[in-house]
Amino acid sequence: MKGSDGVKGYDVAVIGGGPAGLAAAIESKKHGAGSICVIERDRELGGILQQCIHNGFGLHIFKEDLTGPEYAERFIDELKELEITCKLDTMVLELSADRHMDIINTYDGFMRIKAEAIILAMGCRERTRGAINIPGTRPAGVFTAGTAQRFINMEGCLVGRKIVMLGTGDIGLIMARRLTLEGAEVKVVLARRGYPGGLMRNVAQCLYDYNIPLLLHHTVVKIMGKERVTGVLIARTDEERKPIPGTEELYDCDTLLLSVGLIPENELSREAGVKLDPVTGGPVVDESMGTSIRGIFACGNVVHVHDLVDYVTDESRRAGRSAAKFVQKSLKEEGLLIKTKPGDGIRYIVPNLIRVDNLDDTLELFMRVSEIYRNARLMVKADDVVIRKVKKMQMAPGEMERIRLDSKILKDREVSVLSVKVEKEGT
Amino acid sequence: MYDIAVIGAGVIGTFIARELSRYSLKIALIEKDNDVSNGTTKANSGIIHAGYDSEPGTSKAKFNALGNPMFDQICKELAVSFKRIGSLVIGLSSRDMNTIEELYIRGLANGIPEMRVLNGNEVRKMEPNLNDDVSGALYAPTAGIIDPWELAIALAENAVENGVELLLNHRVTAVEKLPGGYRIHTPASDIEAEYVINCAGVHADEINSMAASTHFHITPRRGQYFVLDKYAGGLFNTVVFQCPGKMGKGVLVTPTVHGNLLIGPDAQDTDDKENVETTADRLLFVRESAAKISDRIPFNTVIRTFAGLRAHPNTGDFIIEESKEAGGLVNVAGIESPGLSAAPAIAKHVVELLRGAAGKLKERSDFNPLRRKMLKFMELSDNEKAGLIRKDHRYGRIICRCEHVTEGEIVDAIRRKAGATTVSGIKRRVRPGMGRCQGGFCEPKVMEILAREMGKDMLEIVKEEKGSFILTGRTKGSQDYEGK
Repeated sequence: MKGSDGVKGYDVAVIGGGPAGLAAAIESKKHGAGSICVIERDRELGGILQQCIHNGFGLHIFKEDLTGPEYAERFIDELKELEITCKLDTMVLELSADRHMDIINTYDGFMRIKAEAIILAMGCRERTRGAINIPGTRPAGVFTAGTAQRFINMEGCLVGRKIVMLGTGDIGLIMARRLTLEGAEVKVVLARRGYPGGLMRNVAQCLYDYNIPLLLHHTVVKIMGKERVTGVLIARTDEERKPIPGTEELYDCDTLLLSVGLIPENELSREAGVKLDPVTGGPVVDESMGTSIRGIFACGNVVHVHDLVDYVTDESRRAGRSAAKFVQKSLKEEGLLIKTKPGDGIRYIVPNLIRVDNLDDTLELFMRVSEIYRNARLMVKADDVVIRKVKKMQMAPGEMERIRLDSKILKDREVSVLSVKVEKEGT
Repeated sequence: MYDIAVIGAGVIGTFIARELSRYSLKIALIEKDNDVSNGTTKANSGIIHAGYDSEPGTSKAKFNALGNPMFDQICKELAVSFKRIGSLVIGLSSRDMNTIEELYIRGLANGIPEMRVLNGNEVRKMEPNLNDDVSGALYAPTAGIIDPWELAIALAENAVENGVELLLNHRVTAVEKLPGGYRIHTPASDIEAEYVINCAGVHADEINSMAASTHFHITPRRGQYFVLDKYAGGLFNTVVFQCPGKMGKGVLVTPTVHGNLLIGPDAQDTDDKENVETTADRLLFVRESAAKISDRIPFNTVIRTFAGLRAHPNTGDFIIEESKEAGGLVNVAGIESPGLSAAPAIAKHVVELLRGAAGKLKERSDFNPLRRKMLKFMELSDNEKAGLIRKDHRYGRIICRCEHVTEGEIVDAIRRKAGATTVSGIKRRVRPGMGRCQGGFCEPKVMEILAREMGKDMLEIVKEEKGSFILTGRTKGSQDYEGK
């Protein structure tokens, strides 16, 4: 399929072979895309799932309780059956708005490829010590939770014996349990806010079940030790997450684990000129997971950080279908465009834009709330008309909210803005 | 018996060792740490100053003015990045403008070329992201930026290529006078040399006191910095200083040769020569000071903070002389700012001191001033990239996704003379871990390559100093697996 210019061409190129890329590629193939290439920078497919050896994956989609590698395997097997091309250990150096890519690996060397449609599925990276400015010395023994997870589950190496963890993201919570099972002592887990950042089920299963203390409203204010961490100073935080002077307490430890947030990895998107949403850190997307650049789609954690991989799969299948439609010229690019707007209590909504003509029977809105709510309602408005109210016992920023809407509601009227807000009880 | 022992492999020690390697001499370069450039050299602003700051007549003024023009050739010989981007000292008040006038006059006395005093509009045209209240600036186009540890590493490598023996992990505990020389004691081994050159940075006063009873004192003066992501690197085109105060040049903002934005330092005297910890209050001060230069600095793109120690001498000027009572001991001490800028001229001067003292320097015919360029994969053209991977497939594997560093570059950094043996050593030579993920993704891979190349186990790999172990053992599962 080499073009006259010597550039290898594909119908669809997928950047990233994690859960998002795999689901998108498979779905593209099933919906008629001819040649598909998945480009993965690691040595194997599956992305971060491969280091998530704990269970709890696939409850929605497979109605089964799978480990990360098992979940990945199902998609990898299907990918192979569908004979989709994969390039492992391959890096995309550059992506241009006209859908050319420069890629390198050890076996093809330097290559330029071109695709009719591109799906961005690069995932996210972890926020580091530097990004949150923890003062102190700079010894060995400070790890992000995901890096520690890779060392332990992929390399079979331990990262420390006496552990303090800052942050309560899901990977961090899982790692607190994993380290305990390996014989390490997790002395304390600190949450900078008044609630944990991850899923409540992980807080229960990974901290409470193992008697690991969780301190809310606390942070690390100083790292100590020259060669290796010897301790950290922790302090209470105020409502703005700032440490309160005079509340410092010393914890003796050899390791500080950080689970302080994930950032969608959009360096390639940015260079190509894809418009990014400042709140999610990911591309602005429409109902088809199309970005601001024609023919470039995005899905999974590169768009917004998900809590459950099943949601990634759903969203990525949608991106895969859309890319296939785009290649077959059946994706509508004109017609009524609705904007979504996060109202009170909502941090963001994905998608940002809805082209009504491309909607299936239902429209799924993903969102995160900005604080903890109990017995509240999510209220969806089409312009000024309330079209849906969903009662929620509890909502937390750590858990994604999903609302399904019947597309007919939007098709029947000329809506320009679809907004969602949190309505507290009694209001 | 060595002819010369240089104590300290920072930028001064490596510069002197490399300069001396032009001559037929047996030279030892002695370093307490497990890598070169591990002290002040790895944590400073990386500025090659134009030379208007120092009082005329001082060693600082003289060697800065002499050193600055030498950088083009040296960096070409050693294949080190150097950009002469110019500097601005900005004025925010009429008092500042008086200071700028004084600096200009001082610069003329120091023989600094091409300086100009700019008005507010001219400055803002040059640097549109400065605050609106900037009323003028001293512009010095000869100022430049460099990666100081890249320079010291290159100097060490070239010195070793030319026969200098680099003795790492040799912390000097005593300097004993012998007839016709010195015995330098270290826990690793003792080293005898006819001449000793003390380039021990913040520890130079201790080394001097081991051999001489006339003392000088070095105060470690700590400075803290922010490093911002490359998104912010383009905010400024030049090195931007504020008007100097009594503790130094104040907080500056500059792009780095690698395209990041560097902000700092503050200045705080400490009595602990190991104290390079950052502190919340001083970082806040740096941040607030930088806001006087520009309120558009995106502090939400900070990827790292760090601190370094300047070797501040009680004499107020560089100390570069043979000890009057301990003959054969040459002190090169108190080399605080503009020490990096002055370094090449200091090295030449030290050679002249030795020529006077020893009178027997014979130039070698086989001295090679050139260092093999470290290939930076991403700086190559498409064709060069393709060709390089065909020749060595390891250049086709990206290990660091943020800085796009290939396995080929990492292996090269390990195998060179004075090569990397630690994760930070790799980071400083070829930059994996310098980017926005701070090594989160590449650290396990870098450790694997280090272990493989050095024939070690992953568990033995250290981050930086001896004892800075990253891993603490094997998991239960992997022990079972290995037992089978």
